[in-house]
Amino acid sequence: MMFHRIGLGLAASALIVTFAAGAAAQTATPDPQNFSQIAYGRYVAVLGDCAACHTNPGGPTLAGGRPIETPFGNILGANITPDRDTGIGAWTDEQFIRAMTQGRAPHGVRLYPAMPYPAYAKMTRYDLIALRAYLNTLPPVHNRVHSDQLPFPFNIRLGMLFWNALFYTPGTFKPDPHKSADWNRGAYLVEGPAHCGTCHTAKNFLGADKSSQYLRGFSVQGWFAPNITGDDHVGIGAWSIDEIVSYLQTGVNAHAIASGPMADEVEESSSHMTVADLRAIAAFLKDQPAGSNPSGQAMPASDPIIQAGAAIYTDECAACHTQDGAGIARLFPTLKGSPLVQSAEPTSLTHVVLEGSRAVATDAAPTAPAMPPFGWKLSDRQVADVLTYIRNAWGNHASPVTAGDVKAARRTLASTAP
Amino acid sequence: MARKLPATDVVVIGLGWTGAILSQELLQEGLRVVAIERGPWRDTASSFPPGYAPDELRYAIRNGLLVQPAQTAMTFRNKPGQTALPIRSWSSFLPGNGVGGAGVHWNGQTWRFLPTDFVARTHLTQRYGAGFLPSDMTIQDWGVTYDELEPHYDRFEYLCGTSGTAGNLQGKIQDGGNPFEGPRSRPYPTPAQRQPYAATMFADAARQLGYHPFPQPSGNLSQAYTNPLGVTLGPCTYCGFCERFGCGNYSKASPQTTLLPVLVRNPNFEARTQSEVTRINVDQSGTRATGVTYVDTSGNEWEQPAEIVLLCAFQLFNVRLLLLSGIGKPYDVNTGQGVIGRNFSYQTTSTVEGFYDNRIFNPFIASGANGMIIDNYNGDNFDHGALGFVGGGYIGMIQTNGRPIETTPVPPGTKRWGAEWKKAAADNYLSSIAFFCSGSSYSYRDNYLDLDPTYKDHLGLPLMRMTFDFHPNEVTMSAYLTDRAADIMQKTNPRQMVKQPRTAPYSIVPYQTTHTCGGVLMGTDPKTSALNRYLQSWDVPNLFVMGSSAFPQNAGYNPTDTVAAIAYWSAKAIREQYLKRPGPLVQS
Repeated sequence: MMFHRIGLGLAASALIVTFAAGAAAQTATPDPQNFSQIAYGRYVAVLGDCAACHTNPGGPTLAGGRPIETPFGNILGANITPDRDTGIGAWTDEQFIRAMTQGRAPHGVRLYPAMPYPAYAKMTRYDLIALRAYLNTLPPVHNRVHSDQLPFPFNIRLGMLFWNALFYTPGTFKPDPHKSADWNRGAYLVEGPAHCGTCHTAKNFLGADKSSQYLRGFSVQGWFAPNITGDDHVGIGAWSIDEIVSYLQTGVNAHAIASGPMADEVEESSSHMTVADLRAIAAFLKDQPAGSNPSGQAMPASDPIIQAGAAIYTDECAACHTQDGAGIARLFPTLKGSPLVQSAEPTSLTHVVLEGSRAVATDAAPTAPAMPPFGWKLSDRQVADVLTYIRNAWGNHASPVTAGDVKAARRTLASTAP
Repeated sequence: MARKLPATDVVVIGLGWTGAILSQELLQEGLRVVAIERGPWRDTASSFPPGYAPDELRYAIRNGLLVQPAQTAMTFRNKPGQTALPIRSWSSFLPGNGVGGAGVHWNGQTWRFLPTDFVARTHLTQRYGAGFLPSDMTIQDWGVTYDELEPHYDRFEYLCGTSGTAGNLQGKIQDGGNPFEGPRSRPYPTPAQRQPYAATMFADAARQLGYHPFPQPSGNLSQAYTNPLGVTLGPCTYCGFCERFGCGNYSKASPQTTLLPVLVRNPNFEARTQSEVTRINVDQSGTRATGVTYVDTSGNEWEQPAEIVLLCAFQLFNVRLLLLSGIGKPYDVNTGQGVIGRNFSYQTTSTVEGFYDNRIFNPFIASGANGMIIDNYNGDNFDHGALGFVGGGYIGMIQTNGRPIETTPVPPGTKRWGAEWKKAAADNYLSSIAFFCSGSSYSYRDNYLDLDPTYKDHLGLPLMRMTFDFHPNEVTMSAYLTDRAADIMQKTNPRQMVKQPRTAPYSIVPYQTTHTCGGVLMGTDPKTSALNRYLQSWDVPNLFVMGSSAFPQNAGYNPTDTVAAIAYWSAKAIREQYLKRPGPLVQS
């Protein structure tokens, strides 16, 4: 495993240099003899984090069957190995590209946008062909996956015709000539293969992006995928490029540690990206406009809720996160000034306090510390008070959390428990 | 009949400190390592969450992290000729169990031995003459010197992030550190822990008497630290739940907080837990280990073949497994011949309790290695010529805990139950302390380990029998050390002072320490040691035995740092010499 990862990193960086230099001839079709194309395709699979949905943990690579939670019900990741019966081995290259960019599989089957084809639509043909070349080399696995586990009416795939008409924008990524090459590379990655907006952009009631809320955070799978724009208060505007790179590459930086779904993303995708690509992503994200968050006021320290929360914090939290909320780098996240702590929706905060969470382990930061669960020892009221406190202490300011919010979160978490 | 598994390069018996260290070292050579552990898997996140890790009843009283005597125990007697009886409840010492072993529930006291400790017999004989040692004292040199071990002490301390103040940097004595220690190549990786009031009071009194107090070197860290493997430890919160507990704050150096996060990422490493090794197998020649046999919780027996066998269990279990496997000649107390079980030693601890008026010590502000120490009376740091004993120990005020069930100090004469006892315990909780003496335990001809003729374990295998008593040399030494501690306490004006020197006979009932040593000694002569200077079996060269079982006698310090140093020393010899030319590293 370790060898795989090292090997991939080296091969990918060497190839990207070639690609970036523009020396590589455009290859119109996947070529099983073309080692460079296959290795680059494997990197594209990393950029797209295909494994997150298409590899069942512990199962064969990209052979499908992994459940993906959506607000409409569960979908199982498809088998995308070259098996002709149950995978995509029988697809032509054009059928593959149509599925990736238009959400249309052969025989008129319409994919659900849990498969982020609205983002993959931005990908270049070069990248898609390379990806196909890599997928063609996988051992074919006979594994029939019935992806669609959705209840009526969402199980009617024809409905996607209308969804697409409303929300889907076709067309490959177009660079902005007024921006740097770095910025454009970052934009391509974020909007295209890395499909960051799939979690981090708010969705309407039909699960389509609210484009005015681009990358400003959204609650998904019981977690809040935070604002990752340049917003200083609730986004990552205060993080340096290097700090963003460190977070994506190792799962930790001086402020935060990846856990929840982002731990999977770091482990399977961004920790294997090149530093150049991570820097490009960081540059693009920091340039995204902040939302219209008013510069609010913290609740006063004399407020009884703040006082109750402060007492709980001292007893239960301060030993690790420290009394001044600074935390310990690489172990216990900083709460003071934290965008996630001050985010509009406290979904992730409530989640980790109730159920705990485990940070990602990477080769560079293997510790993988954990937040223990407190749901068994703190009441709804106590969880709400301590969260309200950390959202309004040390210069933080954010809306209070109510006992009702916590009660609802307990219900949600119980209903989605494995 | 054992089912045979596919062969591996290295099999490690016991996944505590030395098992984790050796696994990591040999994985660097590209070898496949299978570690077989009697107890459960343990990691900080799953096993010691702060919500319940500090549960005194569960862990300190009900021994939640220890091996249960129903699974493995030993019988005990003081003298050859007595009938030994099985230990049914741990008390004097606390054998660990599970991944991390005793490295989970230790206090974190991280000491180097003195340079003279490694050449004890040669040094003492040269200084005091051949007739100075008692005739039945069987101390011997280690076959390895402090200078050879220094880089390996350093390696372990930088793995752990040990907090301390150096006293001797490359031969230059440093203010505030231990002036008696051997030279260090560089300072401790992190500064010493902050000291509570009782420790600073001890240090002030010790200075008035001309001593050189310094902070206890601690595996509970003063600040966050990322070790050379990239694993991060947090700062200690002084909660006082160290010994007998796993640390939920990632602050105490343990295999969990230093090595295991890296080991589990290595595809060439596998840990099999809840699996009890019952035998190291050897071929017909008796000179080559072929692997191990172990039993799982279903009673299934498995054989794991391996090219190299590393015995990394706790000291007591190392000795027993070699006796059960018939490797090495068992020690015979009648003839003094044989090596397995020879020179069992311990630690000679004692205390001086002080009860004070108008002093508040807040005993709950504590860490397992949080204190001030003097080393003036350790080893041969002082002239023994007129004293009539050899050996010594450190004296210190170490505030390890103020846990409520265990911390009920009452002056002598207090009723032992009822309202009067409760009132006395409450009155004295904040205002009493104990100075501690960690004395050496030298070895004797009649302190040893062998297989019990009567009692068997759940698998029908004989229990090990422990024969141990304190000898006059240790009793005299303990009285001397305890008096010196009392001199210091007298300077602090206690209302009442209670000296409790260690006396014979040794009792397995009151807790003393878990520093059991010896039985599989390292040395230079196959007649008096089971292992050569690289911890390699003289008889079976592809078997290496780690741990304090290799100590020929115990010095006046806690053993973990030295256990780890000789493990790294052995690992270096395996990596640089043995793997190139498998066979004996020293010709007997």
